[in-house]
Amino acid sequence: MNIVVCIKQVPNTNEVKLDPVTGTLIRDGVPSIINPDDKAGLEAALRLKDANGAHVTVISMGPPQADAALREALAMGADEAILLSGREFGGADTLATSTTIAAALKKLPYDLIITGRQAIDGDTAQVGPQIAEHLGIPNVSYAEELKVEGDTVTVKRQYEDRYHVVKVKMPCLITALSELNPPRYMTPGGIFDAYREKQVTVWGLNDIEVDLDKIGLKGSPTKVFKSFPKSLKAAGTVVQLDPEESADYMLEKLREKFII
Amino acid sequence: MNLQDYKGVYVFVQQVDNKITGVSFELIGKGKELADAMDTEVTAVLLGSKVEGLCDELAEYGADKVILVDNEALEPYRTEPYAHAMATIIEKYKPAVVLYGATAIGRDLAPRVSARVRTGLTADCTKLEVDPETKGLQMTRPAFGGNIMATILCPDHRPQMATVRPGVMQKRKPAKGAKANVEKCDITFTPNNKYVEVDEVIKKVSNKIDIQDAKILVSGGRGVGSPENFQLLRDLADALGGEVSSSRACVDAGWVEKDIQVGQTGKTVRPNLYIACGISGAIQHLAGMEESDVIIAINKDESAPIFEVADYGIVGDLTKILPLFTEKVKEAMAARQNG
Repeated sequence: MNIVVCIKQVPNTNEVKLDPVTGTLIRDGVPSIINPDDKAGLEAALRLKDANGAHVTVISMGPPQADAALREALAMGADEAILLSGREFGGADTLATSTTIAAALKKLPYDLIITGRQAIDGDTAQVGPQIAEHLGIPNVSYAEELKVEGDTVTVKRQYEDRYHVVKVKMPCLITALSELNPPRYMTPGGIFDAYREKQVTVWGLNDIEVDLDKIGLKGSPTKVFKSFPKSLKAAGTVVQLDPEESADYMLEKLREKFII
Repeated sequence: MNLQDYKGVYVFVQQVDNKITGVSFELIGKGKELADAMDTEVTAVLLGSKVEGLCDELAEYGADKVILVDNEALEPYRTEPYAHAMATIIEKYKPAVVLYGATAIGRDLAPRVSARVRTGLTADCTKLEVDPETKGLQMTRPAFGGNIMATILCPDHRPQMATVRPGVMQKRKPAKGAKANVEKCDITFTPNNKYVEVDEVIKKVSNKIDIQDAKILVSGGRGVGSPENFQLLRDLADALGGEVSSSRACVDAGWVEKDIQVGQTGKTVRPNLYIACGISGAIQHLAGMEESDVIIAINKDESAPIFEVADYGIVGDLTKILPLFTEKVKEAMAARQNG
């Protein structure tokens, strides 16, 4: 079985801080990581490989630095890594991104494609289902569990108040939740292999067949009109009183606001 | 593509078990506002099986028109038949705007539709406005984990599509007795490789009220200290007639269930009163609650960012303050009932 896992290298947005004076992002020193949902998806692929044998390819679209994320995936146990990188791919929205990645996937053998549900730097959850649409295959989003039997994948698909147990025939695309499973650590041998034995293949525009009008900034239907720091509402009153007085103070405020 | 051919604001109506999801009413309300600014109408698109009875409710919340697709293939939700229906409707009626709730259904359906009709899609918008000059839709959303806001346009493609998180927009007051102007749309569903099979539907058992429906929330963060201390919050919530919610830290620590998490990766709430107990106020948390009418924060750390959004901040030990406050609330409530 051929499994392709799509991963994204993202800044760890939990560690991003705002400059209190200018209100702008402090990006310096923010570590880059494999997007958590993607990493859970990679773990799912590696477990299928451990159980039944599979060839696991990881692919990432991004700048040359995304090599580090792919090496980490190799060190975890992926067999092959492809970095989709090129000036023409840059500035893409989700539709243009999914178009580019789908064009690369068309060059690869796949039975099962796994993406993360969403990336923590954009939180859109769009690229997975869009890739499936471009490839003409079914997608099942928000997978909390999955198992493979023959040519069928059974997915426990999460909704707000329920699950659907979905049966889908391969080839198909699954988007993974972080809850799917905790990712394994890299092993020292794995790290050695990732840098000495295994390769990261770099693909550019000439390695895939794609319409230039449908990728990158130019091929993106959505445009960023402006971005701005979030304006917080004006701060209220902060008091420091003993516990009894604090309780009285809150009660008084609730009465003033007619809440009680 | 001739942009002038695309008219009207369309809202995908999500129904589960023949019950309309609240966010759909919120979007009809917002859609009506946008439609007014664009000199057009808001149309609700209702997909499902045996759902005709829901149409009037959509009119009560402001839908000028309802497009109904009633077919067995649409029960329960599956990506492909729903995407096929939406794409068919978009091709036939050419709407200028299509809105979806940013739910586990909307966030699966909308991207699939956007790729099929090749248009842009902006996720998890918190603000939608019409440019008075171009009449184009300005879609504002948090980016970078909620650290900045970005306003997105879809200038050359139609429809302009957006998902909006539940709880962000407000429902209109329903006009009781309103009758829907319904147009039935017949669509053929031919199963192919993209049709999946739903083997089983497992409902999560919960007798709790959804925190998004609560008027009063007593919310706990890491500063609560232990899962046992959440009882102090529950006691206060019971006294006030509210519910308990939490920050992400407590969910990650396994103290509370994920379904009561407020914030960027949890739920967006806007209760009348939000009491933040031991919540430092990471930007991801603020994104989910800062629209609350009144915010009270209790925290030991006077430099906690939560104090920057709180109307009333109390620097102190919540384990000492909460029991006293709960008793005083109970007394006040009892006095009110007796008086």
